[in-house]
Amino acid sequence: MRTILFLVQKEFLQIRRNKMMLPMILIMPVFQTLLLSFAANYEIKNLHLGVVDNDLSPASRQLVSKFTASGYFQIKDAGFSTAEAAEDLARDRTDLLLEIPANFERDLVREGHASVNLTANAINATKAGLAMGYAGGIVRDFTPPVPAPAGSRRQGVEVVYSNWYNPRLDYKTFMVPGILGEIVALIICFLTALNIVREREIGTIEQLNVTPIHKWQFILGKLLPFWILSLFMMTVGLTAGWLVFRIPIEGDLWLVFLYTLTFAPTMLGLGFLISNFAESQQQAMFTAWFFMIIFILMCGLFTPVESMPQWAQWLNTLNPVKYFVEFMRLVLLKGAGFAEIRQNLMTVFAYAVVVNGLAVWTYRKRA
Amino acid sequence: MSSITTTNLSKAYGEVQALKNINLSVREGEIFGLIGPDGAGKTTLFRILATLLLPDSGSARVAGLDPVGDYKKLRTKLGYMPGRFSLYQDLTVRENLEFFASVFGSSIEENYELIREIYVQIEPFRDRRAGALSGGMKQKLALCCALIHKPEVLLLDEPGTGVDPVSRQEFWDMLRRLRQWGITILVSTPYMDEAELCDRIALIQQGEILTIDTPEKVRAAYPRPLFAVRADDMYRLIRDLRELPGAAGCYAFGESAHLSLRDTAIGLDDVRRYLIERRHEAVEVSPTPATIEDCFIEFLNH
Repeated sequence: MRTILFLVQKEFLQIRRNKMMLPMILIMPVFQTLLLSFAANYEIKNLHLGVVDNDLSPASRQLVSKFTASGYFQIKDAGFSTAEAAEDLARDRTDLLLEIPANFERDLVREGHASVNLTANAINATKAGLAMGYAGGIVRDFTPPVPAPAGSRRQGVEVVYSNWYNPRLDYKTFMVPGILGEIVALIICFLTALNIVREREIGTIEQLNVTPIHKWQFILGKLLPFWILSLFMMTVGLTAGWLVFRIPIEGDLWLVFLYTLTFAPTMLGLGFLISNFAESQQQAMFTAWFFMIIFILMCGLFTPVESMPQWAQWLNTLNPVKYFVEFMRLVLLKGAGFAEIRQNLMTVFAYAVVVNGLAVWTYRKRA
Repeated sequence: MSSITTTNLSKAYGEVQALKNINLSVREGEIFGLIGPDGAGKTTLFRILATLLLPDSGSARVAGLDPVGDYKKLRTKLGYMPGRFSLYQDLTVRENLEFFASVFGSSIEENYELIREIYVQIEPFRDRRAGALSGGMKQKLALCCALIHKPEVLLLDEPGTGVDPVSRQEFWDMLRRLRQWGITILVSTPYMDEAELCDRIALIQQGEILTIDTPEKVRAAYPRPLFAVRADDMYRLIRDLRELPGAAGCYAFGESAHLSLRDTAIGLDDVRRYLIERRHEAVEVSPTPATIEDCFIEFLNH
């Protein structure tokens, strides 16, 4: 036990000495949480709108003004040539083209309905989808300034939306907890892998190997410091998120810390496993990146896991970061209690056992 | 009493046979030198003895223990200093020493007497990071760290490499003083002058031991006359001497050329006459005692 204490003490001494390490541990969670939460935003404002109004009636003018009043659109150009407008769309000067046919008002009055043409630039599918969504909503809600003919009164069920747990659909509320989970996972995996490989690269492992330090002592001495740091980083990140974004903390904080302590060993173990196959820090870095890119892009932070193809969802059960992001949102936004996250916790715990088992198995203290 | 013995120790890395049937025996409390060029297999032998590498065949005993079976026990009795500086560069002198003492369950105070002479030299830099020390200081710190748990056997892999001649001399003085504690020292070096400072040496080349004896006896066993020859044009001198009938070999040795003779009838005057005939100027020829290096070259040639 005393030996582990000395090893951990040495590790912290080195972390404190390292000019890069401490700023990385302190600033990275805060910085990334702030930056990504602002930048990784699905809300798009000021979409560029091209308008071709062939009707020039009160009704058509009102429809156009509905677009500008929505706050999502900005009229970039207005003309009468469909070909020119299409050209603008093709050249990326506009994102969406609204074409109002001649006789728009007349049709509305006579038939009770009329059609407009919406064309979106779908180079960026997300943007196009959002633009279409916003535009569709505006057109649907449009009430012409002229009385509709008798018998064509709009009928049907009106849909009223309400977003639970994030009532104003605030993307920051949605993103911050997830990003925090992802960042903590990423950093501790990297730090562990690089730290162990560094001992090998610099040659200090040779000197350690001739001491009576046991395999398990060496391993614990490496993993414990970063385990403790994961809690520390979580605290720093949560504080920053709460201070800056006022992210809701609906659930119990102790649950967050308990989960972090259970989850961290999977990433520590992964870093440890990677270090066993790397000769240099460079190799470890690339290997860790390979996994991390996949983990991050598929963890549900940027695209919902549920909308992935079945095989990807199945593959994603192996993605530890997915569980962390899921957990953070459940507890922080939804206020989930222990019972709701038990399944997740157990999975992550089992994952930690398997990964660390593999890592210990592949680790050879003696050549 | 033997402190280190190896019996038919062999190790191969793929096609390369690094050690071939190594048999040696190091007595308790002696400084035993392993002399050989880079790639001779010195480090491989050290790593096997230090429990870091498994031999392909053969066996070894260090401090009465088997490096393969009893590696855990052996590690507490062993001090190993790898050829490459392998202490924590980002920790200070004091922190390194404290760390290695503590993982051996010891403390600096406990064995201070053993390292005192070496430690006082690096003590002024106790709060300096190990990475910022000079080559000689690093070596002294590494020696302190290898000694801090009072080992019975000290394995020093090329401690002289990358160290200036004065520090090297100091280092060897310390090793000789360590003998009073009864510590057995196995040291490897590519420097022939360091060989003279050992009690006994083994010459090693391509994984094979050429000879084992005291440095004096190795030198005395040199089988033929040896002359030191100097002239103005050294390059041409060596070429001409190699063509001398009865010469066994000729090679540059510091400022002069060493000429080894197969034909013992050839005298100083014969060599001088031969060189003057070939228009060499400022010719000096004198008999010279063989050094370890001469012996090594002799072994390589035959």
